[in-house]
Amino acid sequence: MSRPRRLIRAPGDEGPLSREESQRIINRVTELSKADSVQVQLGSNHSSNTRFAANQMSTSGSIFDVSLAVQSSFGKKHAVVVTNDLSDESLRQVVTQSEALAKLAPEDPEAMPPLGPQQYETVPAYFETTASLSASDMAKAAMTALGPARAAKDLQVAGFIVTGAGSNAIGNDKGLFAYHRNTSANYTLTVRTADGSGSGWAGADHPDWSRIDFEAVSKRALDKARASRGPVAIEPGRYTVILEPQAVGDLVQLVGGYAAARSADEGRSPFAKQGGGNKIGEKIVDERVTILSDPSDAQLLSQPFDGEGFPLAEQVWIERGVLKKLYYSRFWAKKKNATATGAPQSIKMQGASSSLDDMIAATERGVLVTRFWYLREVDPRTILYTGLTRDGTFLVENGKITKAIRNFRFNESPLFMLNNLEMLGRPERLAGTEAGGDIVMPAIKVRDFNFTSLSEAV
Amino acid sequence: MTDRREFLKRSATTAAALAAAAAWKGTGGVAIASAAPAPLTHALPDEDSIKELMMEALGAAKSAGAGYADVRIGRQRQNFIFTREQQIQNVVDTDSIGCGVRALVDGTWGFAASRDLTRDGVAAAAREAVAIAKANRIARDAPVVLAPTASYPDATWKSAFTTDPFTISVEEKADLLLKANAEALKVAGVKYVSSGLFFVKEERNFASSEGSVITQTAIRSWPVMQITAISPDFSDFQNRGNVAQPMGRGWEYVLESDLVGNAGKWGEEAAQKLKAKPVEVGRYDLVLHPTHLWLTVHESIGHPTELDRAMGYEANYAGTSFVSPPEKMLGKFRYGPEFMNIQGDRSQEGALSTIGYDDEGVKPEDFLIIKNGVVNDYQTTREQALWLDWWYKQQGKEARSHGCSYAQGWNAVQFQRMPNVSLLPGDKDIGWDDMIAGTDRGIAIIGDGSFSIDQQRYNAQFGGQLFYEIRNGKIAGMLKDVAYQMRTPDFWNSMEMIGGKKSYQLGGSFFDGKGQPGQVNAVSHGCVPARFRQVNVINTGRKA
Repeated sequence: MSRPRRLIRAPGDEGPLSREESQRIINRVTELSKADSVQVQLGSNHSSNTRFAANQMSTSGSIFDVSLAVQSSFGKKHAVVVTNDLSDESLRQVVTQSEALAKLAPEDPEAMPPLGPQQYETVPAYFETTASLSASDMAKAAMTALGPARAAKDLQVAGFIVTGAGSNAIGNDKGLFAYHRNTSANYTLTVRTADGSGSGWAGADHPDWSRIDFEAVSKRALDKARASRGPVAIEPGRYTVILEPQAVGDLVQLVGGYAAARSADEGRSPFAKQGGGNKIGEKIVDERVTILSDPSDAQLLSQPFDGEGFPLAEQVWIERGVLKKLYYSRFWAKKKNATATGAPQSIKMQGASSSLDDMIAATERGVLVTRFWYLREVDPRTILYTGLTRDGTFLVENGKITKAIRNFRFNESPLFMLNNLEMLGRPERLAGTEAGGDIVMPAIKVRDFNFTSLSEAV
Repeated sequence: MTDRREFLKRSATTAAALAAAAAWKGTGGVAIASAAPAPLTHALPDEDSIKELMMEALGAAKSAGAGYADVRIGRQRQNFIFTREQQIQNVVDTDSIGCGVRALVDGTWGFAASRDLTRDGVAAAAREAVAIAKANRIARDAPVVLAPTASYPDATWKSAFTTDPFTISVEEKADLLLKANAEALKVAGVKYVSSGLFFVKEERNFASSEGSVITQTAIRSWPVMQITAISPDFSDFQNRGNVAQPMGRGWEYVLESDLVGNAGKWGEEAAQKLKAKPVEVGRYDLVLHPTHLWLTVHESIGHPTELDRAMGYEANYAGTSFVSPPEKMLGKFRYGPEFMNIQGDRSQEGALSTIGYDDEGVKPEDFLIIKNGVVNDYQTTREQALWLDWWYKQQGKEARSHGCSYAQGWNAVQFQRMPNVSLLPGDKDIGWDDMIAGTDRGIAIIGDGSFSIDQQRYNAQFGGQLFYEIRNGKIAGMLKDVAYQMRTPDFWNSMEMIGGKKSYQLGGSFFDGKGQPGQVNAVSHGCVPARFRQVNVINTGRKA
């Protein structure tokens, strides 16, 4: 797996930009700038993917692209111009254009002064094992699903393998410079039975390709598809549920979208306090729940700064059930005399030591959920979402999985759910959330989960 | 799938645009922004140079062993402005230029994209596409075969815009938004308002090894606004959003949408929602406005009749379809009543999916997906049309693509995407008011809200923007916390009345997601108001 990443290199496309290259381009932009201040974001990404479906190869591709975003500011006026051309002529044009737009733009009374130099954690998220892959390595990995499915005759597989090697740098003319590079590897697989009555899903994600066990993921999805065949319908209603980590992540990560202190202070968030202010310091979920962001966490390995170049370290949002922190932008922190948090790039929910088997064994009657699908906001006041179970839903009776069951639609809030907690498992890195990103969650068992209707979908 | 969040996380958007959009959403919470590629300022090379580069790429693909190849050299520009209350949040201009080559070698696809628009750069991308196709040969089962298409050696097309929004100054755009915000804020109870303008301009150049050379220009525009009313004791808040539809038109459309003239009314509606009566659960006759029903059409008819979904090609992400297998559906499956006709097209003026030629050089023709209530056809590309050869033979037709191939940009591989999928008007000249007047007890819904549907498109739940109780043919007051749950074929078969030609209008999605890697497209749905019998309505206003 140490062959060159690209089978044939395109001239000029040598992979992610290095720290030095990034610094040189950002310096060139700040030299060209005539604005009061200039902020530059420079990203590069080389992405390769292999897709298969209906037991066939589908599309595969390799894409290299860069993105240079230049924000010029004059007093409180600012504008951003973005290009994918890094030639000197282009840099000049981007700078000129962003300055012209900024001068025309009305003032932004919330504009904050540029950040000065910052200290960042170094996060080792770049792995040569991933960066040096070839298209045939990926095709071989796909065969871990295609081979057994074709041999079995009664199964159809659809899967996706995607890898990336990228860089992201942020700098300005006041001495700020942040650089991070990372690789990514993600494998997801859906297996359907040929009779259309069963479907199983599994996935894995890690910056290091060698940490993904393709055989194991393929086997898990193949087994689950067979086990889920011929589901029976049971009545919708309130059930004890055992949620696999993916299902937990599908719901819990939604909380991040409502975590702005400003929305709470403005009275339009689930964290708004009746009568005004926000709920920081209040117990909002079960005391076994702790949710944090931490770029250096070995399971997360996320970017140690946000889109403004604001440094990120460990931040605990919910600690033992108590809301400890909400997201404060620099502007809102200044206005409220609070500490800015930066915009988190990752999310992890701490767990405990129960295994999925322990949870099943301790359940008299409940529903085991592999993952959720098509989650959409129903009520922003409570983070009430609707969505459906998918790709492996089972009935648990007297400590055992007894049968595959039809999928359900739910109407539920992660906040309600985390108040009904019974057991917690070990946190795992997720591969298939609708929003993507670095997310780590445990399996959980909760009571009174609200399934509102049945779906015939498999 | 259709929403801005999808677009932002899956498409080649910059961190800057992401941040701006998060700000627009009014939350700014977990912004999982990666170093996404995206992009401004350069014009593409001139027409002759583009043609030369495309020929260079095709030549390189052929000599490396491709049986078929196509090349797209494109430029996509975006312009966004976001505001809240009386201030600008951000102005973003992006520009991305590059070349994507797709090669078919011995029945297996490969794709490579490069932003290097030199002869060497495009040739290297072509050779890499061929190399990827060859590497994948070990995993091939059946070879890909393409349905024939005519070639168009010198074709051009331009979408229906009068004024290019990229020629309008940022001041003029900002002024319009801030004036509209001010109108909304005059309403008692309205505390916050966000608004924005999204514009996209695409220059698309295509050439294939079969001799087509096509140049097209398309513009899309979308004015957005969300108004928030908050109760005096901070115990409740209500939003009024999704006020205007996105269109495949220019600045003239933004002016016609009249944000300034309408903002006061929308603000009143937000404030009124605070005082609305919570809905009682039960079964109601629903009268659905085109500004709402387009999304139900999109989710419950548009997506399940994509042939790749029906055949399992999207199983690992968006899902499959209940409209499957085709041999049990075509000419047989009753989707709805006799008067229900659903058209697929890429030809309606001002619609988002409208185009002269698709991304594999096919000139699309209008087709009926549902004819007199029965499944009649699927959305197809060249690779897919032959899968339905048997059906087209029965109809005395050749198997030809319906021209539904699309890629979100030069850096993404083309695949089957939705054409405009529209509910055609009925024969009678019935309008919205007539439908309400003819309803004894029901709920009228305006505007699209929450939406969710399963991976085979059976079970769906839809909210809306405004809900009104109908009693004895009259609007009896506003309701809140309304959502309806449905099973697709039951729902459409419960349709008992539809509007006529005069009540037909376009709704649409600017950012509809599909595929792996995820891509967005933009699609319109022509729609008339319609009434549905005894649909299950739930109350979504839970407190614990």
